[in-house]
Amino acid sequence: MSDSIGLEQANAQPALGGGHGAAPGEEPSRRDFIHIAAIAATVGGAGALAWPLIDQMNPSADTLALASIEYDVSKVAEGQQAVVKWRGKPVFVRHRTPKEIAAARRDDHADLRDPATDASRVKPGHEATLVLVGVCTHLGCVPNFGGGEYGGWLCPCHGSVYDTSGRIRQGPAPKNLEVPEYAFTGPTKVRIG
Amino acid sequence: MTSMRTVALTLAAAAAALAFVAAPAQARTTQAELKEGGWAFESPLGRFDQAQLQRGYKVYAEVCSSCHSMNLMYYRNLCQQGGPFYDPKHPNPNEAPVCKAIAADIKVPDIDPDTGDATERPATPADHFKAPYANEAAARAGNGGALPPDLSVMARAREGGANYIYSLLQGYKDEPHGLTVPDGKYYNIYYPGDLGSAWSGPKDKVPVGGFISMPFQLVEGRVTFDDGTKSTTDQMAKDVAAFLAWAAEPKAEERKQTGLAVMAYLILFAGVLFLSYKRIWRNVEH
Amino acid sequence: MSGHSTYEPKTGFERWLDARLPIVRIAYDSAIDFPTPKNLNYWWTFGGILAVCLMTQIVTGVILAMHYVPNGDMAFNSVEHIMRDVNYGWMIRYIHANGASMFFLAVYIHIARGLYFGSYKAPREVLWLLGCVIYLLMMATGFMGYVLPWGQMSFAGAVVITNLFSAFDQVIPGLGTAITTWLWGGFAVGNATLNRFFALHYLLPFMIAGVVGLHIWALHVTGNNNPTGVPVKSKADTVPFHPYYTVKDGFAIVVFFILFAWFVFFAPEALGHTDNQIPANPLVTPAHIVPEWYFLPFYAMLRAVPQKLFGVLTMFGAIGLLFAVPWLDRSPVRSMRYRPTARWFFVLLVLATLGLGWCGGMEPDDVVIRTGQTANGDPTGFTVTWLARILTTYYYAYFLLVLPLLSRNEKPSKVPDSISTPVLSGGGAALPAGAAAEPQKKG
Repeated sequence: MSDSIGLEQANAQPALGGGHGAAPGEEPSRRDFIHIAAIAATVGGAGALAWPLIDQMNPSADTLALASIEYDVSKVAEGQQAVVKWRGKPVFVRHRTPKEIAAARRDDHADLRDPATDASRVKPGHEATLVLVGVCTHLGCVPNFGGGEYGGWLCPCHGSVYDTSGRIRQGPAPKNLEVPEYAFTGPTKVRIG
Repeated sequence: MTSMRTVALTLAAAAAALAFVAAPAQARTTQAELKEGGWAFESPLGRFDQAQLQRGYKVYAEVCSSCHSMNLMYYRNLCQQGGPFYDPKHPNPNEAPVCKAIAADIKVPDIDPDTGDATERPATPADHFKAPYANEAAARAGNGGALPPDLSVMARAREGGANYIYSLLQGYKDEPHGLTVPDGKYYNIYYPGDLGSAWSGPKDKVPVGGFISMPFQLVEGRVTFDDGTKSTTDQMAKDVAAFLAWAAEPKAEERKQTGLAVMAYLILFAGVLFLSYKRIWRNVEH
Repeated sequence: MSGHSTYEPKTGFERWLDARLPIVRIAYDSAIDFPTPKNLNYWWTFGGILAVCLMTQIVTGVILAMHYVPNGDMAFNSVEHIMRDVNYGWMIRYIHANGASMFFLAVYIHIARGLYFGSYKAPREVLWLLGCVIYLLMMATGFMGYVLPWGQMSFAGAVVITNLFSAFDQVIPGLGTAITTWLWGGFAVGNATLNRFFALHYLLPFMIAGVVGLHIWALHVTGNNNPTGVPVKSKADTVPFHPYYTVKDGFAIVVFFILFAWFVFFAPEALGHTDNQIPANPLVTPAHIVPEWYFLPFYAMLRAVPQKLFGVLTMFGAIGLLFAVPWLDRSPVRSMRYRPTARWFFVLLVLATLGLGWCGGMEPDDVVIRTGQTANGDPTGFTVTWLARILTTYYYAYFLLVLPLLSRNEKPSKVPDSISTPVLSGGGAALPAGAAAEPQKKG
């Protein structure tokens, strides 16, 4: 910052600094309002220009438009799950057996890393249907159906174990599998997103 | 300072020359001088008239869309900012009730996920405008071998833009005596063409215009406008031309408004820098 | 010129770094303290403007590549996707598309400035040659970039320009065909061509940036030329680059941006062509094909010559001549400010090039001066082709006749002794040769 002032002082006394032709007189000071304004305008302009260059990487309008899907859960047999794609991610639609539901409820008050009741993770009247974003909350891998000690899911990447309610039970993942925003639009139809 | 003036003049001249050089030279084809629509949206800060865009969309939906696709348009576009059905109460075009309703009335082709059969479902705002034909061959077969062009960027893809569309749609005139119109073609004074070979009259009086495969469409009263505007040929042509001009560049209003701010900033910035420059150089004799 | 470095590291870290990688020293010596003639006029600001143009194109280009799809079926729609759906995509694309035109506008002014003020003469020949290389790379980049939107004019441009190489069939039968097939990666311009053009269009700007580095290096070895053409004689002739020229160049860049922004925001398609809004269709060629405006003078030369191979050679030769300029011009006077006769030939060269540009945008048999008409009313007379022939001849004559021969009979006006004494006071040779540090004229 002080470089140019030093230079101009040198210019003011050619004998000292080798002397460029810049004539001396009152040296232009950085404190001059007009220079400050010019620098401010440069910085402001660069800042304003930076935003479009950054924002262009955010999801585009067509991506944002494809935010919801419909699915008929009656297609999933008891004890099975279907994987549908939503916003580019897998969504597990699992038709749980009564045994699995019972196991999930039994653990409602176990020592959970991310406490949640099974009832809070399904829609009332549709307790057999579990809809989850199939992305491990550790580092984003897709957990395998039916694996692990609790019969829920086992993530192949780092061994996170989820129960039949999709809650994290063992392994490095910090959170339960996410329940996406969804609603039943008919007896067997769900609308995800 | 003289060099600054010379450079500035050179830049101005160069810009003018660029605009001139970029104007295309006349080919051998002729067309009548286009009618002027008097569009507000063509001026540097002009905006689209939303009521006109709504009428224009209705003309497209009820007339044009039976042959012409608009593959680059989505139903959500109609409700985005600056669009015909934009409503500030529903800024998210994907959730706007008007666009959901417009889309829901239209059945688009889909694949039944259970059987794999072709099926239809109501469209959503995320769907493309439904194309009238499944593919190019079907479009040609349905139109005597001619392909109705996609209209998405039509207003940018023809010299004259909106004026061309506005003119063409009402450019159907009775052919002058001596002009043989081929079967399945129509004489239109605004359609660029070279009619020399179809003309039996004097060689220096070849009629302007060309033969177009699309017949006259906008008969008086063909579309009933919801806002009570009288449905004349001129009105329908003008409204649909405005709609196509908007659809060709939906971001045009945003562009011009951004441009105004950028220009104001740059001019102020240039002024400040000039003063700074003068101050820094004030003691240098050069 | 640059001589010894005046950089003095101030902090401990600067000293530490300077002993290991003197990058701050180099930046300081070349962009802060670099002694620059104090009489550079606004024509000299286009170097800085060009640097900004190149950066703008690279930044916006890299961004566009994030959204663009180099595939024959998807390229056109992906560009429209950028225009319609990507956040600020319309702005970034219009900056890039019009930025190419602004880049060429600035480079033409930069080249003309060099030609007028004799910036190509010793000791700046290498500086000039590097500039010519940059210009060639720019042309290749600009051409391939124009193909990428894959509209009708993109496609026709790719077809016509690559077919220039088929002229080699007239040298060795089959050679031209082999070259074009190789360029296309097929039997016609197609998806393979689009893909390779995209790859090269992405690569070449970085090569340009590399050559620009050499160009600036060469500039800092010889120092700037200046409007008088008289070499810097003493420190009194110079000012440090910063802040004197950073602020002057900065001002010029912002003024240039006003023009640039006007195109981007208020006339973004003015330099484009409506036919390029129609997706590429190999079965139809637009009625009237024209290249981008910055290629029009060369396109006019190509069409002015009736024989295919010689047309191509004439066109490339026009650019090739620029490389030879340092050795074609024999005048001992550098700046045309002091060459009253040469100045007029130079003005004619500029007019001839602009005229060629105009010819390139017209149909070859359009009539410029009408002398009669045919039976069906078409005008006849002096055509665009003939005008282009005359102008092409002058273009060649300027480099091959005027520059080498003019100085034999030319009477240059008096050249000042130094930059600081542009107006001579009586006996110009009063100061002893090599007099250092002429006293300052203070205000």
